[in-house]
Amino acid sequence: MTAQTLSPAEGALLGSAYALACRECGAEYPLDASYACLECFGPLEVAYRPASVTREQIEAGPASMWRYDALLPVEPGASSRPGLQPGFTRLVKADNLARELGARAVWVKDDSGNPTHSFKDRVVAVALENGRRLGFRTIACASTGNLANAVAAAGSRAGLDSVVFVPSNLEAGKIVTTAVYGGTLVAIEGNYDDVNRLCSEIAANREWGFVNVNLRPYYAEGSKTMGFEIAEQLGWRLPDAYVSPVASGSLLTKVDKAFREFIRLGLVEDRAYQVFGAQATGCSPVSQAFAEGKDIIRPVRPDTIAKSLAIGNPADGPYALDAVRRTGGAIADVSDEEIVEGIKLLARTEGIFAETAGGVVVATYRKLLAEGGIDPEAEVVLLNTGDGLKTLDAVAPTSVPTFTISPAYADFESAYSGENA
Amino acid sequence: MSIALKVPTILRTYTGGAAEVAVSGGTLAEAIADLDAQYPGIGARVLDDEGRLRRFVNVYVNDDDVRFLEDLQTPTPDGANVSIIPAVAGG
Repeated sequence: MTAQTLSPAEGALLGSAYALACRECGAEYPLDASYACLECFGPLEVAYRPASVTREQIEAGPASMWRYDALLPVEPGASSRPGLQPGFTRLVKADNLARELGARAVWVKDDSGNPTHSFKDRVVAVALENGRRLGFRTIACASTGNLANAVAAAGSRAGLDSVVFVPSNLEAGKIVTTAVYGGTLVAIEGNYDDVNRLCSEIAANREWGFVNVNLRPYYAEGSKTMGFEIAEQLGWRLPDAYVSPVASGSLLTKVDKAFREFIRLGLVEDRAYQVFGAQATGCSPVSQAFAEGKDIIRPVRPDTIAKSLAIGNPADGPYALDAVRRTGGAIADVSDEEIVEGIKLLARTEGIFAETAGGVVVATYRKLLAEGGIDPEAEVVLLNTGDGLKTLDAVAPTSVPTFTISPAYADFESAYSGENA
Repeated sequence: MSIALKVPTILRTYTGGAAEVAVSGGTLAEAIADLDAQYPGIGARVLDDEGRLRRFVNVYVNDDDVRFLEDLQTPTPDGANVSIIPAVAGG
């Protein structure tokens, strides 16, 4: 099969999507289960013909990510088919956090409110629609945990078999919250990059829809909805900046893409904004490339408590660098200690319990503020991609009772007075 | 000197559908050159115009990513396994 250029009229349409196109060389392919360009190995991305949608049409849609279905590679009616109906999570004005950090305006886009408590429900929803369309009876994934939860749950709701591959050293909470859905859960003795590589080989030999391998072009588009929601929930406008965690680099680039699509559609005013990326120092290949001014990302072997960000060989890293540099943003990294502080800072100031990835974002924002890398006057949206209940180990040692006493009033008075003296 | 090289699905059009082929060479660069000699054109799919590994190709010698080793100069001793795999992401 050779690459070809499909005109919108020739390609089969899927919403306003008409082809898969190589991000590197532009070669176009039909909307089937493929992810790498035959010409240059570049990643394939969904290509759309110009769409037209109004604020009113979106506002009249369901209170889920499917309100943006006109801008996604799905057949109409996704909200009425069996699935988890994720999205339209809350955007929280974080005034207490802003005050503590000396910043003017901070928001938290809290995706812990999704059905399986992470933003991965969004990407899986789009992958599932396409897996079903392409006739797969089994959906599968390589995962650092959150995706495992999302695939197992979505498979159960949709009546499809699921096979999920994870590193065997994953947090216990993420094992339980995957296995409970009853699909096949395969623990691999290796890190995420090992798991990913194995899945690439399995995907080539099985008729399975791997959401982040052969369905990846569709899957990745689901992340745009986090950006769409931020703009809509701010009152149809863009913030000055956002801070995204960086694992593969896909979320950061897709939120940027969402903002540009809204500008192009005239749904928000065209204005400059800055994109910031956050990594854990123990797995910071994109941050290192940014600091060194390089375009090529040298893979690393991850060693961090932020396991959901522990991708040592990030496929979308170059595109994350492009987005950050284009907008005058930055990518920085923080230590495991700073991550724990970040989780507890957000919990203490805003009542939001983020998983380690959210701690990475808060801590990186704080670091950028302290170092002058981000303007304290900028209105910033922090992306919290998951729920702290999944990564209890990170904060358990330092999150303990203030005091333990006998059930006697005098003991309470004594201990409480001592604590608050 | 025989090396077992795993061919990704998207390159099997060059190898007549074979998922694994035998090549020879003391380094990865030589092994890829031999692969291209046997299956003309396949080398340009793996290497860019300047002869470097393409940005979205991962190559493993005996299960180790060659970017952790010596890239194209990574030794490929007799009996080595080489895998070429398109980069994918996830999380």
